Amino acid sequence: MTYSKIRERSREKWEAQYSGKLIHILVGTATCGRAAGSMAVLEAIRRGTEGLEGKARVSEVGCMGLCSQEPLVVIVKPGDFSVCYHHVTPQMVPQLIDGYVRGDDPCLELALGTVVGGGNEAVCIPELDLFNKQSRVLLRNCGYNSPLDIDHYIACGGYAGLARALTMRPAQIVNELKRSGLRGRGGAGYPAAAKWAVCRQACGSIKYVICNADEGDPGAFMDRVLLESDPHAILEGMVIAGYAIGAKQGYIYIREEYPLAIERLGIALKQAGEKGLLGGHILGSDISFKIEIVKGAGAFVSGEETAMIAAIEGRRSWPEHRPPYPAQVGLRGKPTLVNNVKTLAYVPVILQKGERWFRGTGTAESPGTALFALAGKLENTGLAEVPMGTSLRTLVYDIGGGIKKGKQFKAVQVGGPSGGCLPASMLDIPIDFDSLKEAGAIMGSGGVIVMDEDNCMVDTARYFIDFSRQESCGKCTQCRIGTCQMLSMLDEITKGKGSPASLGALKELAEDIKAGSLCSMGRMAPNPVLTTLRYFRDEYDAHVLERRCPARVCKDLIAYYILPQKCERGCDHCVLACPAEAIFSDEEGLKVVDQEKCTKCGSCELVCPAEYNAVVRLSPGSLVPGNRRTKPQTLSKEP
Amino acid sequence: MQQPLILNYAHRHPRHLIDILQKVQSREGYISSEAMLKVAKHIGMPSAAVWGVATFYNQFRFTAPGKRPVRVCMGTACHLAGGQLVLEAMARELKIEVGETSEDREFSLERVACIGCCALAPVITVGKDIYQKMTPPKVEQVLVEIKTTSAQNVVDCTGPA
Repeated sequence: MTYSKIRERSREKWEAQYSGKLIHILVGTATCGRAAGSMAVLEAIRRGTEGLEGKARVSEVGCMGLCSQEPLVVIVKPGDFSVCYHHVTPQMVPQLIDGYVRGDDPCLELALGTVVGGGNEAVCIPELDLFNKQSRVLLRNCGYNSPLDIDHYIACGGYAGLARALTMRPAQIVNELKRSGLRGRGGAGYPAAAKWAVCRQACGSIKYVICNADEGDPGAFMDRVLLESDPHAILEGMVIAGYAIGAKQGYIYIREEYPLAIERLGIALKQAGEKGLLGGHILGSDISFKIEIVKGAGAFVSGEETAMIAAIEGRRSWPEHRPPYPAQVGLRGKPTLVNNVKTLAYVPVILQKGERWFRGTGTAESPGTALFALAGKLENTGLAEVPMGTSLRTLVYDIGGGIKKGKQFKAVQVGGPSGGCLPASMLDIPIDFDSLKEAGAIMGSGGVIVMDEDNCMVDTARYFIDFSRQESCGKCTQCRIGTCQMLSMLDEITKGKGSPASLGALKELAEDIKAGSLCSMGRMAPNPVLTTLRYFRDEYDAHVLERRCPARVCKDLIAYYILPQKCERGCDHCVLACPAEAIFSDEEGLKVVDQEKCTKCGSCELVCPAEYNAVVRLSPGSLVPGNRRTKPQTLSKEP
Repeated sequence: MQQPLILNYAHRHPRHLIDILQKVQSREGYISSEAMLKVAKHIGMPSAAVWGVATFYNQFRFTAPGKRPVRVCMGTACHLAGGQLVLEAMARELKIEVGETSEDREFSLERVACIGCCALAPVITVGKDIYQKMTPPKVEQVLVEIKTTSAQNVVDCTGPA
């Protein structure tokens, strides 16, 4: 069947559902929504709309990117406002259904905002500033299109990029991609077209396309959201890539930790096959392309392309020397194109709307948009897609809504364990591949974690090095032993046992690992240490010279102390919460923490009622007054 | 009693090793040394090589999990929000260390790199249920709730203790 016929049918089917008076209720059921309780909401809505079959239709959709507002429900009412409701609970559902489905009250007190658009237009909530600064290319369908229904994707222009690609010669496709300036979104920003061209020109009749969906960075989840919310965009990109380089087989290497994404990809693969968009004779041509899902077994290093190939071959995920690059000698020794989920998802849009349109956003060197997962101490956590060149400040303050609880911004970690921590003075640098690299961070996975005054930068560096040490594959010495050494040095520093000389040694070791490691994971592992040493040297100095943790995080350098002037005699919250039985009352009935027994679990600080707020952390621990450190002998007898 | 493990997978090529190990684990809950030997025989690989691949990946475990595996997320966002303290509190309450199973085989404790719910940090999962915004005092509360009520999908721990 030709594309225009397929599209016509999808449109007819979709318009039959959308036109008329049918009310659509969209429930976001991606993993983030489910964690916030959207499945219970979905069930309540299904129950509440029983008997309304001719009037309302309930669909599951993916994630809009507003993770902090989940569970989200959108009610699309023909001829009226479409309203997005946030923090929906099953208890709220009857009110919504009686109000806006049965009646005409949009229940605005429960709403986050109104939603406009549909069809080819992106979903946007104009009331929210965070959407105004965004430019949603990859997220255009997320949270609006049903990921479970290929007709919706096609009706909104899906697979038009593939239809156009099939009218072009493979070399023309690669050229168009080259003119678009698309850079690989896997992290390093290598020009996508260059990789495609090498692979296309490589000898051999058997070639492969691999979609890298092994999102290993703890703190990044944009690939998961794309796979769960708009899986067809990735499939379409893979088919185009297969045609352009001459491959007939594709693999999606996806983390086993993403069961919902795997399930939705499976449904998408089946539907695309039934429509003739996958398999043999795609859209009536003599092109064939098949896609298989390979479940990764959990290894951070599998995100490196040669390590991923080893994993698909059933071996230990060990990286290989490059060159030869996988584009020449890859999976089973054949030329293999390995592209990130986001890179492949851009391809259909570029072919559909043209390279000029793509170059219209972003900067000259890094065209297009950048997709970030915002997490950490921000008001609005979730996904954000902004034009390349947007400043970090816009991302943190305008879209992220600033720091939680009015605290002070301290640092932003860009790019996960391979990225770097940037201080407030770097907030105005534009986000693109080259500027971030210059500042010592990388675009990397696109994880953006914001830290406030309560986070210790030495502890953060230690956390990332610990992660890299655990995930080091063990093949090369620099990474295997170097990360262990860096961790033990950082351990010493966080315990107050470091010396000024150890900071120099740490820096030297970090640079050696960077220079000598085999793969990019090892080469980038020291980035968190190098950037924190560069921008937060004062915190390291406080740990080493004063045995003090300025953020009062490092356990060995702090003490919990109950302020006698704030403590309330009649309240026993901390005593009951303390698992170590370290809190006792003095002669006046005021609580005291026995420093010898205290395990520094922080429970007393959490349970101390806000109106007293008597528990504080002191650093160094020697600041605790001598008469309130341990239980005096006179008090040890039971009354 | 559990049925003995029978490998009836069509694939015998070493490239399907990880896939087969995943299937064995989803059936058995873990990879026993007996299962490992069977897989090695099935594929025609030395068992040491199978062991080498299986132990490389984080997914595979080699001891029987508890009925309700507790996973504490140690992703960056969870770490910054106090995930380590939650893990320590959980170990204290369950009286087991990471990687161990409680004596009554009810709970086992694991740390995971990231479950992608960074906006709700710190997060733990017990079986298939996700608990968000955890703190050490809430660990005890959640365990009491699990022991007394049947499993719910999500328990909101947002409110004050």
